[in-house]
Amino acid sequence: MNILLQWAPFMPTAASHNAPNVDNLYGFIFWLSVVFFILVIGPGAWFVYKYRLKKGEEHQPTPRITHHLGLELTWSVIPLLLCVVIAVWGFWDFMALGVAPADTEDIFVTGYKWGWRFEHRDGTKELNELHLPEGKKVKLVMTGEDVIHSFFVPDFRVKADLPPGRYTSLWFEPIGVGEHQVFCTEYCGDGHSGMLAKIIVMPKDKYAEWLRVGTPLGPGETLEDRGKKLYSDKGCLTCHSVDGSRLTGPSFKGIFGNPQPLADGASVNVDENFIRESILNPQAKVAQGYSPIMPSYQGSLKEMDLNALTAYIKSLK
Amino acid sequence: MAQAVDDLKHTHEHEEHPWFFHPHFTDVEQQFDTAKLGMWTFLATEILMFGGLFVGYAIMFSMHPEAFHAGHHHLNVNLGVVNTAVLIFSSLTMALAVRSAQTSNKRGIVINLLVTIACACGFLIVKYFEYSHKWHEGLLPGKFYTFAEGYVPHIETYFALYFMMTGLHGIHVTVGIGLLVWILLRALKGRYSSAYYTQVELVGLYWHLVDLIWIYLFPLLYLVS
Amino acid sequence: MADNNHGHGEHKSFYEEGGKGIMSWVYTLDHKRIGLMYLVSVLLMFALGGLMALLVRFELLSPGKTIMTAQQYNVVFTLHGAIMVFLFIIPAVPAALGNFVLPLLLGTKDVAFPRLNIFSYYIYVTGAIIAVGAIVGGGVDTGWTFYTPYSSGTSGSVVLMVFGAFVLGFSSILTGLNFIATTHKLRAPGMTWSRMPLFCWGIYATSLIQVLATPVLAITLLMLIIERVWGVGIFDPAKGGDAVLFQHFFWFYSHPAVYIMILPGMAIISEIIPTFSKKAIFGYKAIGMSSVAIAIIGFLVWGHHMFVSGQSQFASMVFSFLTFLVAIPSGIKVFNWTATMYKGSITLETPMLYALSFLFLFTIGGLTGLFLGALSVNVHLTDTYFVVAHFHYVMMGGTVIAFYGGVHYWWPKMTGRMYNEKLARLACALVFIGFNVTFLTQFVLGSKGMPRRYYDYLPQFQTLHQVSTVGSWILGLGFLIMVSYLLASLKVGALAPANPWGGLTLEWQTSSPPPLHNFEKQPNTKIGPYDYGVPIPPKKPGTLEGAVHGTSS
Repeated sequence: MNILLQWAPFMPTAASHNAPNVDNLYGFIFWLSVVFFILVIGPGAWFVYKYRLKKGEEHQPTPRITHHLGLELTWSVIPLLLCVVIAVWGFWDFMALGVAPADTEDIFVTGYKWGWRFEHRDGTKELNELHLPEGKKVKLVMTGEDVIHSFFVPDFRVKADLPPGRYTSLWFEPIGVGEHQVFCTEYCGDGHSGMLAKIIVMPKDKYAEWLRVGTPLGPGETLEDRGKKLYSDKGCLTCHSVDGSRLTGPSFKGIFGNPQPLADGASVNVDENFIRESILNPQAKVAQGYSPIMPSYQGSLKEMDLNALTAYIKSLK
Repeated sequence: MAQAVDDLKHTHEHEEHPWFFHPHFTDVEQQFDTAKLGMWTFLATEILMFGGLFVGYAIMFSMHPEAFHAGHHHLNVNLGVVNTAVLIFSSLTMALAVRSAQTSNKRGIVINLLVTIACACGFLIVKYFEYSHKWHEGLLPGKFYTFAEGYVPHIETYFALYFMMTGLHGIHVTVGIGLLVWILLRALKGRYSSAYYTQVELVGLYWHLVDLIWIYLFPLLYLVS
Repeated sequence: MADNNHGHGEHKSFYEEGGKGIMSWVYTLDHKRIGLMYLVSVLLMFALGGLMALLVRFELLSPGKTIMTAQQYNVVFTLHGAIMVFLFIIPAVPAALGNFVLPLLLGTKDVAFPRLNIFSYYIYVTGAIIAVGAIVGGGVDTGWTFYTPYSSGTSGSVVLMVFGAFVLGFSSILTGLNFIATTHKLRAPGMTWSRMPLFCWGIYATSLIQVLATPVLAITLLMLIIERVWGVGIFDPAKGGDAVLFQHFFWFYSHPAVYIMILPGMAIISEIIPTFSKKAIFGYKAIGMSSVAIAIIGFLVWGHHMFVSGQSQFASMVFSFLTFLVAIPSGIKVFNWTATMYKGSITLETPMLYALSFLFLFTIGGLTGLFLGALSVNVHLTDTYFVVAHFHYVMMGGTVIAFYGGVHYWWPKMTGRMYNEKLARLACALVFIGFNVTFLTQFVLGSKGMPRRYYDYLPQFQTLHQVSTVGSWILGLGFLIMVSYLLASLKVGALAPANPWGGLTLEWQTSSPPPLHNFEKQPNTKIGPYDYGVPIPPKKPGTLEGAVHGTSS
């Protein structure tokens, strides 16, 4: 019950400059609603209890009360004034959210079926992960590649649609370090609910290191473990199964070391080089019976990531 | 006319309804007013439907003005002018038909309705020639557009709107012909007089709307620049 | 039909007078029979849409696959939405209950255009067959909103479903047109606009929206169809169109359509509460005028569905302010209904229980609208379960609950039978509890950030999803009980008196069920619809007996 002692109940962690503002208004409306709910339902319940026809009683003529100007004005004008307060308040914060300050770092975001591509200004690309240094104001310039997607970070209280054919943007200033969930919130098909990403806000020195080598292996983590993690984080799983079932692309199960027929009629042995080529330049050799729709992952996977994925595929006997 | 209505009220009181009277009304006047209100409401929905289409046109035009300029050069303005004149004239004869009904002039109703129907058919025949010309040239909507010469991007969207707007209007003209023939047949049987001309009047209202819509369509599609 | 059957002394109902056999229904022009045919149809559609809802909730019992694939899930939630919106809730109150009750309340023999009325029913059936046919034809996975460019490209029978909605629109337009003409021209002598029951005001306001907004939907859907069939780029940016344009077009209809759904619900509540409080309605003018105000302002708020779509901030600001403006008339109604119960003589039969449920649920639905109207908070909550919960509280907690209140209120009038009151109260309680368990949890899910239309979800949301699913079972059980006792009442129910609840509106002045032409003699409009507590006029004792003392006991 202590959740009801919070100002803004049920809201997730507030991790951006904007979040406390939203929470303040959310809390204001929440508690105002509680008051008004009691103001409406309370008298209603009381009247039902008080004026209920008791067992065995006959209906008596009721007083003819048809209107009361003062009362009606009161319950029209007070809510109207409160609504104006809420509307202005909401608009105020919305404007602040819509106009990015001059000193933001711009990052390009592309939403596609079904994943997120992030491009930093230095050329670093990321898939379904966005690493950011602590204390940096960030502006995302976004577009959809195929259909409308929507970029939603609950912890930051920001959201914007990514319509194809035009750019939209949003900005935020993360507070502290940590990982924050990103959802797609505009329905975009079968992979909609799997179209997730993480924003990872790191201390400045860690961020510099990450830029150089990528995320180092954790204690006890093998290359295969990392490959398995990348397999889901980078969205391989939306098109390639690991249990042999057919999805948009060929399954990874038992693929390594065996011949793979190609669309042009030739055949190729699946080895480390073929896997590397298929990730970086997918259209070079297309598996027979599948459409050439896989995007290139050049630039979005660091060298160690490729090794890790290859190791993982190798392990899928 | 007032006299006629009074007569009818009189008959109503004696529980002998005239043929056109529906007994869930209290009198013929109420029936007439209700029918007219219904028709005006229906016309409002028609205007809003075409209104939506006009908004779509305006937005597409603002996005691709060059395609719309290029597209309208493929239309034959002369045929458009002829059709506009034909429809305006048919509105006049339709009004005369209603007037004839109000004055119990059966011959006037029949002749004016015949001319109106002839105009409507003439309109559709001209439209047929315009459509078949575009069909042969490949000036068609969307993915069916095959006219190679002087291609301007999105000109196929212009033709989509052209066919959609004129097509929807053409359907209205066709329905109008059906209604006109129906009241013509009833007029021949002598059903309409100053006592009862609701159906002629309502079809007339509909027909004026169809003409009015064309008067907006013509400059939008043929004279855009 | 049997004109010579007019009973002198003995009362024959429209069931007997209109003739027997299936053909007497197929060719009927009687608004009561048409209303009943609509009622059966919309109830079937409610069952189908409800089944889809239970499937959706069952799938969400656990993350990942529970019973179906993502593809199937997307089809099922689309059908749930499309069926409930286009085939159930839009026609439910106006076309089903409105058709039966409106002419009775106005004291007239029929609607203005009976042939148009039966015609619009057959258009409805045609549209329903086409739309439901889309299920057989491979299903549709666009969501009921058909957003482009997703809907321009996805496979499945989108064109068929959209065409079905297009056809259904005409049924809605013609019904609205019919009711406008009926209300304007066919009111019984003595029933001035200001003496009209509030149900009629609500239906009238609804009809205005139906007539003015639905044509725009029709043209939007037509453009979507040609976009897919001809490969044109109106809404698809890849072909030179504008993706957000579709949303403007769609919500220009579909936001007013929200009021097509809720106004008739409010209209029913405005009848039930005075009848069961035996008290004059408080603020007649305010309630009637607020319906019209909602209908008008409702046309100007469509952009509040698009605060994060990239529309200009200025537009968002205007839409946000207008949204708060439309909240006021709804609030006024709630206060008026509550005030009506003050010093009443309240009995708690089933229709009243539904009306009280409505007050409770609609208040929550309305208040949570404040969160969504505020721009900065909307950015966080839009397209999450908060929105799902909000519109279910308004649409289902509001309209559907009011609809079933209306069904119970007029059931004796429609069928001539009383249902089992005990079972009815039990079902109402189950529906109320089940509804809150299902959807209160979804507010919490939404605030926490759970997006809508998700097949799969993160493990931290599972408990709340499970509670919600259990709620849907309670809800389902409530409706099952309702179906069973309502059907049983047709066979074993006690015969209904003309005025079982002691109401004052005109439908209670005729027998249950009414005769073919509704009233044996001109109904008495000297007593206003809410003249409870008026001293009995000396000349005509007895007329008000039912009013002041009730006749239910």
